[in-house]
Amino acid sequence: MMVNLALEYSRYLMLLILILYTILNLYGLRSLDIAWQNRLCRHQMILILMLQFLGYVIIYLKTRELQMVMFYGVQVAVFLVYYLMFGLVYRHGSRILISNTIMLATIGLMIQTRLNFEYAIRQFFFLCIGFLMTLLIPIVIRYMHFLAKFGYLYAILGLGLLAVVWRTGSTTYGAQLSISLGGFALQPSEFIKILFVFFTAAMLHKSTSFPQVVITTVLAAAHVLVLVASTDLGSALVYFVAYLFMLFVATHQPLYMAAGFGSGGIAAALAYRLFSHVRVRVAMWRDPFYDYDNKSRQIAQSMMAIGTGGWLGSGFYQGMPGLISLVRNDFVFAAICEELGVIFAMCVILIYLGFVLQMIWVSTWMSELFYKIAGFGLAVMFGFQVFLHIGGVTKLIPCTGITLPLISYGGSSILTTMIMIGIIEGLHLMKEKEVQEDERRRRWEEEMEEREFEERIGGGSGRDDRDGRNGADGRRPIRWQEDEADEEFEILER
Amino acid sequence: MLRRTNKEIMSVSYVVMLLFVGMIAYLGYFTVHDADTFRNNSHNGKRLALLEDKYIRGEIQAADGTTLAASVTEDGKDTRYYPYGKTFAHVVGYSYNGVTGIESQGASYLLNSHTNPIIRIIEALRGIKSSGDTVITTLDVNLQQTVYQAMSDYNGAAVVMEPSTGKVLAMVSRPGFDPNTLPDKWEDLVNDSGNSSLVNRATQGLYTPGSTFKILTALEYMRENPSSWPSFTFDCDGTYTVEDYTINCSKKKEHGEQDLRAAFANSCNGAFAALGQQLSFSRFYNMCGDFGFNTSLGTRVPTATSKFELSNNNSTWKILQTAIGQGDTQITPMLNCLIVSAVANNGVMMNPYLIDSVVTRYGDKVASFAPASLRTVMTAAEAAEMEKMMEKVVTDGTGSEAQGSGYTVAGKTGSAETSKDVETNAWFVGYATDDNNNARQIAVSIVLEEGGSGGQAAAPVARKIFDAWYENQ
Repeated sequence: MMVNLALEYSRYLMLLILILYTILNLYGLRSLDIAWQNRLCRHQMILILMLQFLGYVIIYLKTRELQMVMFYGVQVAVFLVYYLMFGLVYRHGSRILISNTIMLATIGLMIQTRLNFEYAIRQFFFLCIGFLMTLLIPIVIRYMHFLAKFGYLYAILGLGLLAVVWRTGSTTYGAQLSISLGGFALQPSEFIKILFVFFTAAMLHKSTSFPQVVITTVLAAAHVLVLVASTDLGSALVYFVAYLFMLFVATHQPLYMAAGFGSGGIAAALAYRLFSHVRVRVAMWRDPFYDYDNKSRQIAQSMMAIGTGGWLGSGFYQGMPGLISLVRNDFVFAAICEELGVIFAMCVILIYLGFVLQMIWVSTWMSELFYKIAGFGLAVMFGFQVFLHIGGVTKLIPCTGITLPLISYGGSSILTTMIMIGIIEGLHLMKEKEVQEDERRRRWEEEMEEREFEERIGGGSGRDDRDGRNGADGRRPIRWQEDEADEEFEILER
Repeated sequence: MLRRTNKEIMSVSYVVMLLFVGMIAYLGYFTVHDADTFRNNSHNGKRLALLEDKYIRGEIQAADGTTLAASVTEDGKDTRYYPYGKTFAHVVGYSYNGVTGIESQGASYLLNSHTNPIIRIIEALRGIKSSGDTVITTLDVNLQQTVYQAMSDYNGAAVVMEPSTGKVLAMVSRPGFDPNTLPDKWEDLVNDSGNSSLVNRATQGLYTPGSTFKILTALEYMRENPSSWPSFTFDCDGTYTVEDYTINCSKKKEHGEQDLRAAFANSCNGAFAALGQQLSFSRFYNMCGDFGFNTSLGTRVPTATSKFELSNNNSTWKILQTAIGQGDTQITPMLNCLIVSAVANNGVMMNPYLIDSVVTRYGDKVASFAPASLRTVMTAAEAAEMEKMMEKVVTDGTGSEAQGSGYTVAGKTGSAETSKDVETNAWFVGYATDDNNNARQIAVSIVLEEGGSGGQAAAPVARKIFDAWYENQ
């Protein structure tokens, strides 16, 4: 009885906490003022820890296994150390990206623990490597100015690897996705995403002339076709859409995008006629029960899970997500809906939205086209993958079988996402450095003027004026924390 | 140039926003609009079983609000109470070592609460289990009791339905069992294979239709001979012999000169065996398929599949037997009720239903179910012709015992042979029309195991049902 009550309290508190977190997150988007955002993140971290605590209280009450408590303890320690280290190493990094990463990883780990403890531990292992990567990559990116030079190399590497997987890869669930490497099933199509984005960015950075666009498009199409041939339709779509958007942004030419989507539509219609597995997916989308005993059981179970969960969910650890096959990776969103409820799931979507927007907006700050396109391309890939996963699992669109970044189980998926985040943080850092220097210069000039002014009239202060500048229109300009800046400024002056 | 690039990036970010907000909107729409359909899907049984621990099963009520099943909490333990015991046992069902009847069909409502979510959260936080919604059935308490008593001690089944809507007004299977004492009697009931008391014979029982099947044989003959069937004649001397096979009329009665109508009214086996041989077996087979044999009809009340076999490869004996409703043909009382209901309803077979509506325990409407047609099995003209023939069965033929006052009955009797050693199963299927209001109709399908003659044993049961129904209206 007491246990039941504890379970009930925990689940509603979890929902409340996630709603608070989501509101805070959207509020954080209001301004891209990093210092202000970073202060918000402290509150977000507290909410994450609370959510995680409640989640593991439920897990413990349901399993009564001490290892769960230990696993929880290690997680808390790692997350805290990571969060603090990031703050220390990158004072001007975007902590809101990091707190969102931790939040989604936390939700993912709770779900994975609930589904299968062993896999959760493996997931945690990959997350730890990923955390290390996000600590290292930003600094590396900053000094790798030559990245923009290797357009063709990225294409050769990417296409080559994809082709190898296509020919030799082991077939899982009808798609050649993975190659075995030292006991781990590696999914190269995940990592090649990054190469692909770099390739596109490098090519279009060089030139956006028509011949260059044609060459780039042909090579990009080759990537997509190899993926289609490997029947990895989800990844093919992600590459395809990301490419068209990058092309649009680089060339300012909506016609390219229209032509791209047009030919994509024709290709889809052709694929529907040619490939039975495409027709099967569309048929399952139309009627999830049309072949229940065989192929469509997964999507039917997913829909029944979401439908049974309803707004509030059946309660964490109180549903039957295990009935959906591949629930830990391709259908993890259904597990969230079933047990944590549709409202909770909506919050997760909003967190992803904030995450993607933040990533996209970072790219608007970049002055060099390569970084701009690369950052933007990664953001679009991330966002579109989220859309494909959630849309597919909820039957909004035909299911393509793709992971939900940071929540789904899968080393390749986790690491790729973490590398993406690392790169975005790197871009962030580059810009922050520029901003910082600009501001410093401006500050110094201002101060000099002020001094001259003061000397002339002997008194008064310009402080109020400066405050007014800072948020008159609700969207504050990019700047760094003022008191810190003042300190540094003083040091500089001496 | 970079400014412009940013403009494009910003426009893409609006697309992203649109997609994500679209997902949220869709998820909300799904939860409001489609979630219950998936939740209640028959493949979702495992998840629904889990809900037994989270909800107190809601009430099941008759059409007038009388409680048929309710949950009682004693010492923190929930038990199910069935005030009418045996009378409603099969149709209401039970939830003990498996779930049956409306307890099963309505489980998704009984184990779901549509009361205000805030109230539910408050209840949950106070440690109170939510009570499920209330299922209001189409059943009529008085009629159900009448049927149960009228069948006296025979094993068998009866279905009473409103032909124009498909509302099931009563459904009885005998022998009954007391669902209140299931936990004590479970072993006895499960091991009692002779009586199979737990089985709902009305929907799951497969019976030889006997002469009630002549409705379909006659209809097929009329279809194949649209202009000449009125001139069909057969001279009955009590037995009909083909090759080495002999078909007897009931008690070897000599019916004499018979046209189709007379043969139908008198249930003349010889005449039907003779005209059965002239039929196109493939067309006959297909017509029976249209009427619901050999197929899961998709009825809202789960029903076993009735069986009909006939082809050119069959022996003469089987053909003769099949034409008069013997042979390998098997029918559920439910399907027989649907067939006569379709005759009453101008040829349109309605989808039977037991759950009329669902309300929260505070009486707020959650869902209600409208009548739906299953398929059109006859033209209105065929239905009208069949009605005349069935009325003649009651006025001039074997079904006279079904007639009471104030209404007109159309029906067909049947005495189905199951084995040489025992009495035949007594059938009566048909419907009554109020003499003052021809829209008020009620259809019945009754089978009494080893009841003997349909006209003698089953037709009077029909009359009692009709009387009870029209007295109460």
